[in-house]
Amino acid sequence: MGITTKALLKSLWVFHLSTGSCNNCDIEVLDCLTPRFDIERFGMKLVGSIRHADVLLVTGSCNRKSAERLISLYKEAPQPCLVVAIGECSMSRGIFMPSYNCPRPLDSLVPVSAYIPGCPPKPEAIISGVVKLIQKVKGK
Amino acid sequence: MDILLTGVYVVFFPGFFTVVIIGLLSSWVDRKVTARVQYRKGPPLLQPFYDVVKLLGKETILPKQGSRFMFILAPLIGFVSISIVAVILMLRPLVATSFVGDLIVVVYLLTLPSLALIIGGAASGNPLAAQGASREIKLILAYELPFLIAIALIVYKAGFKIDLQTLSATSELGTVSGIISFIIVLLCVQAKLGFVPFDIAEAETEIMSGPYIEYSGPLLSVFKITQSLMLFTLPVFMITVFWGGIQFHGWELLWFVIKYVVILVLIIVIKNTNPRVRIDQALKFFWGFCTVLAIIAFVLAVIGNTYGIAWL
Ligand code: SF4
Repeated sequence: MGITTKALLKSLWVFHLSTGSCNNCDIEVLDCLTPRFDIERFGMKLVGSIRHADVLLVTGSCNRKSAERLISLYKEAPQPCLVVAIGECSMSRGIFMPSYNCPRPLDSLVPVSAYIPGCPPKPEAIISGVVKLIQKVKGK
Repeated sequence: MDILLTGVYVVFFPGFFTVVIIGLLSSWVDRKVTARVQYRKGPPLLQPFYDVVKLLGKETILPKQGSRFMFILAPLIGFVSISIVAVILMLRPLVATSFVGDLIVVVYLLTLPSLALIIGGAASGNPLAAQGASREIKLILAYELPFLIAIALIVYKAGFKIDLQTLSATSELGTVSGIISFIIVLLCVQAKLGFVPFDIAEAETEIMSGPYIEYSGPLLSVFKITQSLMLFTLPVFMITVFWGGIQFHGWELLWFVIKYVVILVLIIVIKNTNPRVRIDQALKFFWGFCTVLAIIAFVLAVIGNTYGIAWL
């Protein structure tokens, strides 16, 4: 593992994208920044531009409109860029499975590195998911 | 031999590398204090180094629209100019590098990182970056006026000497006009650093970090290093001009560190206790309040000088 990969795992900058979520997952993501959970301890922070991002955090069910944006955002991100699916919606489309508007799940559109289940997942679950992502990239 | 020694001074200690390392550590102090103010734990000590090394390993994406040449050149302009300032300021006590007019050179070079930001933003062909660049132009126009008046006051008090050697020999904080101009320069430094309340140009929540929006990978890391260098260089500039300068022997070094930490913490506390202002409010603040205050300080200094009142 090179030095830049090591540094990458210690400073993951996160771009948060909602593809038609009910907003509960997004609130839980923001909870991770609050004093109780404080993910800045691990060097993570939310960034506003996809060009600065190392992690593309996707919540929601990938509806027809936002799926196009998701793919173009994934192409715009500088490599290496990891995708993390948060919540039931982005994993399997959850209760929107039979919906006409959600034709394909997230992992058939872009490669996903980690899944964090829950509806919505607790902040603890999100942090543990990120730890698993780091372990995975480390190759353990 | 002398040339070799000077080379070591310029490149290693107390020159370029030392300055970059201290700058990155100060940006850690910034993030840590901010976190403590918000009852958080904050990032680990080496966080800024991780960030920079990580960015060096990322892909660089050049914009399709816009000028690629200027896009690549802009971060380098800012980086080089702020490094020159840092080396001039840090080398002065060791080698007699001070020349007549180096104050003016330093003041000019301190503007260049902001100009580089404007160039970079405008060259990236992104509407939000253009918005940020235009705000940065207005901000420069706003803060340069009181900043220059405050510096001119110090030059006046030193008997129209414009070399840093003379200015650094005396501390101006014993006089009323000196304290007022120190406060004004502190506020201008806040705007120069692009910190809250004057982070209007790169407002994260509003225009997605403005001019930086299209930058990725190594170019962004150059911008990050430039920012942390500014966080080190501007307080050192204030110490040199207002607060008795830097010495590198014995207790003087400790004094310098204490002064530096005091100014750094002041900047961070201002950053954490204020909301972001709008660009027109910033313009009114600098051209109204700050400029008037600077002129009052100047008048006080002239009165004190003419009638021989030492504390004015
Ligand atoms: S997973 Fe549940 S909480 Fe999250 S967006 Fe979907 S419905 Fe909302």
